[in-house]
Amino acid sequence: MTAAQWLLVVGWTGLTLYALLGGADFGGGFWDALAGDTRRGMAQRRLIDQSIGPVWEANHVWLIFVLVLFWTCFPLVFASVASTMYVPLTLVALGIIARGSAFAFRKASTELWQLRLFGGAFALSSVLTPFFLGTVAGGVASGRVRPGLARGDLLYSWWNPTSVLGGLLAVGTTAYLAAVYLTADARRTGKTELAEDFRHRGIIIAVVTGIIALGGIVVLRADAPRLYAGLTGRAFPLVVLSGLGGLASLALLARRAYVIARVTAALAVAAVVWGWAVAQYPVLLYPDLTVSGAAAEPSVLRATLASVIGGMILLVPSLLWLFALFQSREATK
Amino acid sequence: MPDLFAAAATPADLTAARMQMAVSLGWHIIIACFGVGMPALTVFVEWRGLRTGDDAYVRLAHRWAKAMGVLFAVGAVSGTILSFEMGLLWPALMAAYGQVLGLPFALEGIAFFIEAIFLGIYLYTWDRLPRGLHVLSGLPVCVAGVASAFFVVSVNAWMNHPRGFDLVNGRVTHVRPWQALFNAGMPLQTLHMILAAFMVAGFTVASVYAAGMLRGRRERYHRLGFLVPFIVAAVVTPFQIFVGDNLARFLATQQPPKLAAIEGVGHTRSHVPLSIGGLYVDGRMRYAIRIPDGLSLLVGYRPSTVVRGLDAVPPGARPPVNPVHLSFDAMVAIGFGLLVLSAWFALAWRSRRDLPRSRWFLRFATLSGVASIVALEAGWVTTEVGRQPWVVWQHQRTAEAVNPAPGLWVGLITVLAVYVVLTVATAYVLNRLRTQSVGAPQEGWPEVYTP
Ligand code: HDD
Ligand code: HEM
Ligand code: HEM
Repeated sequence: MTAAQWLLVVGWTGLTLYALLGGADFGGGFWDALAGDTRRGMAQRRLIDQSIGPVWEANHVWLIFVLVLFWTCFPLVFASVASTMYVPLTLVALGIIARGSAFAFRKASTELWQLRLFGGAFALSSVLTPFFLGTVAGGVASGRVRPGLARGDLLYSWWNPTSVLGGLLAVGTTAYLAAVYLTADARRTGKTELAEDFRHRGIIIAVVTGIIALGGIVVLRADAPRLYAGLTGRAFPLVVLSGLGGLASLALLARRAYVIARVTAALAVAAVVWGWAVAQYPVLLYPDLTVSGAAAEPSVLRATLASVIGGMILLVPSLLWLFALFQSREATK
Repeated sequence: MPDLFAAAATPADLTAARMQMAVSLGWHIIIACFGVGMPALTVFVEWRGLRTGDDAYVRLAHRWAKAMGVLFAVGAVSGTILSFEMGLLWPALMAAYGQVLGLPFALEGIAFFIEAIFLGIYLYTWDRLPRGLHVLSGLPVCVAGVASAFFVVSVNAWMNHPRGFDLVNGRVTHVRPWQALFNAGMPLQTLHMILAAFMVAGFTVASVYAAGMLRGRRERYHRLGFLVPFIVAAVVTPFQIFVGDNLARFLATQQPPKLAAIEGVGHTRSHVPLSIGGLYVDGRMRYAIRIPDGLSLLVGYRPSTVVRGLDAVPPGARPPVNPVHLSFDAMVAIGFGLLVLSAWFALAWRSRRDLPRSRWFLRFATLSGVASIVALEAGWVTTEVGRQPWVVWQHQRTAEAVNPAPGLWVGLITVLAVYVVLTVATAYVLNRLRTQSVGAPQEGWPEVYTP
């Protein structure tokens, strides 16, 4: 494999981790929005807050990591996507501001109206941000971003059937991941009732997301034929894997095997992310910008790869410690 | 390869993009200073508390950690916006030079990770880790904050002193990323910025307690809350001035048009005076206080030193003079003002181990936080506006870097509105934290509040 291919794998792994970890934090906001009125929603909101509080900043850095990796290693891809997707990415940026700051502000607040205001901003932006990120993904996957600066349509490159599908799927999967993760968190901290709540919600959202995905097949066939061909061709095993993962996690949720359900749910989502990559490889931007055509110079790729490997030596143990600390919280807290 | 030389859809769009970048950077940099400086202050007081068993230190550590929780969140999101904006507003810069300036950003990404991971641990394990280990878990945050400032400012230094690539037929080739990272401007600029961050964090935190002491709260908690950050900032100040002076001399040889704009030097000549204040009109400095031969002396230690003026570059490649000159003067004036304040404190401390008696000391100390922030912003205006019209000095013009998509000004208005709201909310929340009782950090509302 070339350095460019390795870095693409690293970047895509980063994106997958962002979807699995950062995505679940967004999903937490989705459930925060639906937790009900102040009194009834209190317990759920508290659980969400405790689960994502210590980890959301670290999970968020995956996004920055991916951005930086792309602009260093595939500068033209980054510039083309950013300039064409100016509108949804600006909205994503604003959503990120609202979500992160409102979450932190709520933590520092004590009065009801503040909790409501910041909580509302947190919840709303947690739903809108993944939606717009999903529309960007849909636009790229359906070939609407051309290599070059602002070559695609400013509106229709992200407001089209595939993009809307991408947006809905993003919201659905983040909510689904969060519900599954939260069941295990709730049980570990001894809140069986909450675990039941999230179990029900997880099952519902899994079914809804599954239906959207099935409907998506029709959309992709009509709107993104190249992607459709890839997904039904080379990437088909991954699509099947994703479906199986989804079904398995439904069954596991039903049987209250929350910890394994986390794994299968994550697998279902990761398989979609990689399915897209496999379907489209080696093209990064349609019609013909490929990995080797878009890659930065070898000297840059080597230096970046070396830095990433060096960084991982520091990061992996640190991340493991972080998660270990907060996944082993005593039930007494 | 598609054509990468962009032009804005309209001149208003270019202005909008520049303003949006300036506002979001100018905002982020203030918060970032706390990200660089505050962890060290907090870990230090926590450690003192652990060593001495003094409850005042422990309470300070709790309070500052709580504020850090808010500041870091806001810093992280405002920084993320900047990463987006590099592409949203300046795609041609990224397409052409992304691979050259990418490495420091990639390294910065790793520093951010370390920072975010250990911040999560530090803020949330106050009563779960053994206390010594908890202090240690704060150290990576301190190191990573300084490291991320180092990496990102080395990018800015590169934009001022581009290195590490060749241009062949207008295309960037033979990229040498490490050389780009270790560019000529990097050592002084990164140092100046990191020192500035400690000054801003130190003086600003101290000024909160100075205000409290003016209102008569003089117990140990307030005294320590003032002394620790103030002493840090006061110690840094003389070094900062020394580094700044070297930075200006460095410009004389490496980026003469910027120095010419800083001092309003229209024509290349010797015996150039130092101009303080004043306005540059029709190619001349007017109404300025002049120190004869001052600039020549500062640059080359001799009155006969020749200083290159703006006429050394064609009219289309000259930066605007007045904003650069005035903000430079503001930065230097504040730098010396803070030096005087620090010296005042040092004298009183030497003779009687106490703050100066005069209430004026506390009044000025209350202003020192805002003053250091103004100096910080002024310094950045000097650097960034002084680099114009180039985004990559002598290689790419700002006008060629911008996103050609229409309607950028809509984005500017939206972003301005969001930043106003964010500023108000941040100020409000931080102010509440000042008065509210604080337990272990981040055990926040769920425990306190029960409906
Ligand atoms: C607390 C803030 C602060 C203080 C007191 C000073 N500076 Fe500064 N200065 C900065 C904060 C700053 C800065 C915001 O951090 C800048 C912008 C870019 C940089 O690297 O540092 C800067 C830039 C900057 C530049 C432009 C560098 C370039 O474009 O390459 C010069 C020449 C100076 N400074 C010189 C000085 C001098 C002679 C000072 C003496 C009093 C001084 N600064 C005090
Ligand atoms: C260290 C990281 C920084 C980077 C990579 C950076 C990059 C940029 C870029 C790409 C532009 C747009 C092009 C241009 O107008 O030249 C810009 C402009 C500007 N930046 Fe920076 N900047 C940095 C730090 C800062 C900070 C901290 C400030 C704080 C005030 C600042 C103030 C400005 C201003 C005022 C402009 C507009 C200049 C003009 O258009 O006349 N910059 N910067
Ligand atoms: C002189 C300029 C800058 C300095 C000293 C600086 C420093 C910092 C520091 C210390 C943080 C940690 C968070 C915090 O403290 O609140 C941070 C966050 C961040 N900065 Fe900056 N920064 C600068 C400019 C920029 C620029 C130009 C960009 C991007 C183009 C940027 C991107 C980011 C990002 C993405 C984060 C969030 C990281 C996270 O999630 O933890 N910064 N910055």
